Amino acid sequence: MNGAAQSALAPGGAEAAAILSLFWPVTALLGAIWLAVLLVLALGLWRRPGAAPRRAGLAVGAATAGTVLVVIGLTLASYLVTRPLSAAAEAPLVVQVQGRQWWWQVTYPAEGDAPGFTTANELRLPLGRPVRLELAAADVIHSFWVPNLAGKQDMIPGRDNALLLTPRQAGIFRAQCAEFCGMQHARMALPVVVQPAAEFARWRAGQAAPAAAEALAVAGRQVFESRQCSACHTVRGSEAAGSTGPDLTHLASRETLGAGLLPMTRGALAAWTADPQTLKPGNNMPLVPLTADELQALTEFLALLR
Amino acid sequence: MRAQPRDTGREEAALEASLAAVWSSRPGLLGWLTTVDHKAIGRRYIVTAFLFLALGGVLALLMRWQLAQPEGRLLGPDRYNQVFTMHGTTMMFLFAVPVMEAMGVYLVPLMVGTRNIAFPRLNAFSYWVYLFGGALLWIAFLLDMAPDVGWFAYVPLAGPQYGPGKRADIWAQMITFTEVSALAVAVGLVVTVFKQRAPGMSLDRIPLFVWAMLVTSFVVILAMPSIVLASTALILDRLVGTQFFNPAAGGDVLLWQHLFWFFGHPEVYIIFIPAVGMVSTILATFCRRPVFGYLAMVLALVGTGLLAFGLWVHHMFTTGLPRLGESFFTASSMAIAVPSGLQIFCWLATLWGARPRLTVPMLYVLAFLFTFVLGGMTGVMVASVPLDTQLHDSFFVVAHFHYVLVGGAVFPLLGAIHYWYPKLTGRLMEERLGRWAWGLVFGGFNLAFFPMHLLGLWGMPRRVYTYPPELPWGGLNLFSSLSAALLAAGFLLFFWNAWRSARHGEAAGPDPWGAGTLEWATSSPPPPWNFTRIPVVEGADPLRDSPDALKVAAGLRLDRRELLLTSVMAAEPEARESSPRDSVWPLLAAIATTAMLIWSIFTPWAVVWGAIPVAATLIFWFWPRGTPEDES
Ligand code: HEC
Ligand SMILES: [Cu+2]
Repeated sequence: MNGAAQSALAPGGAEAAAILSLFWPVTALLGAIWLAVLLVLALGLWRRPGAAPRRAGLAVGAATAGTVLVVIGLTLASYLVTRPLSAAAEAPLVVQVQGRQWWWQVTYPAEGDAPGFTTANELRLPLGRPVRLELAAADVIHSFWVPNLAGKQDMIPGRDNALLLTPRQAGIFRAQCAEFCGMQHARMALPVVVQPAAEFARWRAGQAAPAAAEALAVAGRQVFESRQCSACHTVRGSEAAGSTGPDLTHLASRETLGAGLLPMTRGALAAWTADPQTLKPGNNMPLVPLTADELQALTEFLALLR
Repeated sequence: MRAQPRDTGREEAALEASLAAVWSSRPGLLGWLTTVDHKAIGRRYIVTAFLFLALGGVLALLMRWQLAQPEGRLLGPDRYNQVFTMHGTTMMFLFAVPVMEAMGVYLVPLMVGTRNIAFPRLNAFSYWVYLFGGALLWIAFLLDMAPDVGWFAYVPLAGPQYGPGKRADIWAQMITFTEVSALAVAVGLVVTVFKQRAPGMSLDRIPLFVWAMLVTSFVVILAMPSIVLASTALILDRLVGTQFFNPAAGGDVLLWQHLFWFFGHPEVYIIFIPAVGMVSTILATFCRRPVFGYLAMVLALVGTGLLAFGLWVHHMFTTGLPRLGESFFTASSMAIAVPSGLQIFCWLATLWGARPRLTVPMLYVLAFLFTFVLGGMTGVMVASVPLDTQLHDSFFVVAHFHYVLVGGAVFPLLGAIHYWYPKLTGRLMEERLGRWAWGLVFGGFNLAFFPMHLLGLWGMPRRVYTYPPELPWGGLNLFSSLSAALLAAGFLLFFWNAWRSARHGEAAGPDPWGAGTLEWATSSPPPPWNFTRIPVVEGADPLRDSPDALKVAAGLRLDRRELLLTSVMAAEPEARESSPRDSVWPLLAAIATTAMLIWSIFTPWAVVWGAIPVAATLIFWFWPRGTPEDES
């Protein structure tokens, strides 16, 4: 992930680009007005003493009229930029994203031949195709914001919101929750992977399949099923079918662990499983006491969930 | 009927002796607790509010320390969330709004030439309630029980399900305290301005600061009911299981946001409008000419106050409201630039070629123009729906509103403190220290907050207790934190200067600046009765219009506290009215109210049983003690 992976100034999508194309001229215009005010102030202070200026009334009137014009112009400009942002696109890819304290559930509904599936903490999008994100919240208000692709949109309990965007650049962007949502609001991020359509289709097929056979064969699977893990997590193909935590069927294929907390490595998996509360204090996964052997078996199992 | 002593034709010294006999408070602690003098209360209010400013500032420094580097370890998430909630709540509810009202409490009666504020006991009550509310919040913080849901307390996070414990209740109840105290002050100020102006101070001669406080008071009266409703509904949801905000039971989450911002946005103007009045006052004095365009200025103040109620939705542009409706609020939000612009243009015209004396208050006015206009520009940006979808809830907004609130209100306030300090204490603040403090505050502020615009554009959201090192935010955050230290040093100098000058400052005399408004017509600090003889006003700038001797009115009684009522429009004398004496009941009523409100965090029955002592204290407060009817 590069430094500009979470920046409104480096658009990788049509919507962010449209907003930025409004941002720069507006900034230039308003900056110029600010400088003009300071200039008049400086001139006014500099001037030799004298009576109040003669045509001051006229100048104040003209400047106020100018303000009115600028306001009208900017209102219209921002309306014109807004309209296409919310215009319905032809046949968009629909993805449901649900904000939870403090992770993201991501559901791809079935589309044509491609079956639907649920995953978590990673969003993948095909390059160039319009996307309609259906945004919801399971508990408190969250806000979905991937600045490189589009402006933010809140996820509000009891309301259905949607965000339209069209990725124009392949790469990994970073979304982050933008509405304060409690203890771990700061650690609620989401990698957004934009990839060419063919690659995306392959990924999609892989995600829809149950967990890898080699993972289901190892001993760690039993630990996972028999300890509390399975009460909260789903691994399709195993007995684990809990839904209060993220779906882990293809956990190891994700870029990051714990909603953007750590890069996905074996070490990170072991550390998280051993003690999620130190890594992300207050999150909703309890510390499950494990023996060293159990921990090692579990880590092996999780790392095989490709 | 016995002949009543009147002030007509008395010797100055004899007159002052009889005024002192009826207007002075008792000496000692009891006098301190029972006084209803608007100056004593106002001073107290100001000092308390600055105390909260200092506390809120310490919290800001803690946050800057934590964010100076990625993965900071000073504060954990739980503590940080309390700290930013406390910072916002303290600054908005316990510093900014009260300090502006406090300035009004102290200055408005002096500026309109009367002897006390209207409803002085209510005014005293308001201070005590404010003090106790602030204490409640800060004691909770020290007990690790402070609210952690943001100063805006969005539901469901602040609701019963996701905000367990008493933290959110403490926030909601603290709001009740500040609502009550703000409303009490606002009512007193409105009546003072409408009915107690010096004879001859017709509407077009009211000083601009007084106009500003009048508009502000109306905004308070109109905005507060909304937050009263919201916080009451929240408490009911939390305490007795109503479901106003629970979507699963037919409630609505966004209802909270509408109610909160219908109050919350006007609140910004409750802070800003008085500041505008301060700027006008300081400018007029040091430019030695009246502010250009008096009528335009007054209309701009009123216009700002009205428009303030049509903007609240711009805090909710990302909640998914209909786009066309949002565009309406873009228009109304940007429209506020028109009255603001008008005022700025009038100030520029006032300054043009006036060669003002660059005293510390003037320097703060210049800092205000630099900073506030920039904040106004970013305000226009966040008013645009498409831009706001990127900027909202990012550090850009943090930069924006600090520019508007610190630049737009705190700078004028610091200038106003320097300016009116001689009236408050009888001494001038030290000029050289004042300049150093000004430089540090102005420079430190801009260095600390300007980079936040960029951080927001680079995607940094607000209210995060930390951020990962792979994001490019570390450098600017460190820079901002170091600059915050400069800003803090500036404030420290300011406090030191205020503290020292109270003892060692140069004696000021009644009118050290050669100003034109009535508060300078009496001694510094003024006697408990403000004016030995009630001044009569014949122009907008009474002291400058008749520099030698102000005309005075006579005929007020001397055997009781008495002041002059005048008509609303032309300020023609209408009646003499008695002004209440000192009383301990406002304090006791405030204590009873506090007990009821805090108790009600724990059980709804507190509202029933707790109301009994409140009612009792109110009965004693209003017990008729044979005060004769007022005379025309
Ligand atoms: C009480 C429910 C619960 C139990 C029991 C539980 N988890 Fe979790 N788990 C969660 C939640 C909630 C999260 C999301 C935490 C966050 O990121 O805020 C999570 C996250 C995770 C993640 C990271 C997922 C991702 O997408 O990055 C892994 C891996 C994980 N859990 C493994 C386990 C294992 C292994 C066990 C058993 C030892 C376990 N969990 C037990 C609720 C639970
Ligand atoms: Cu969130």
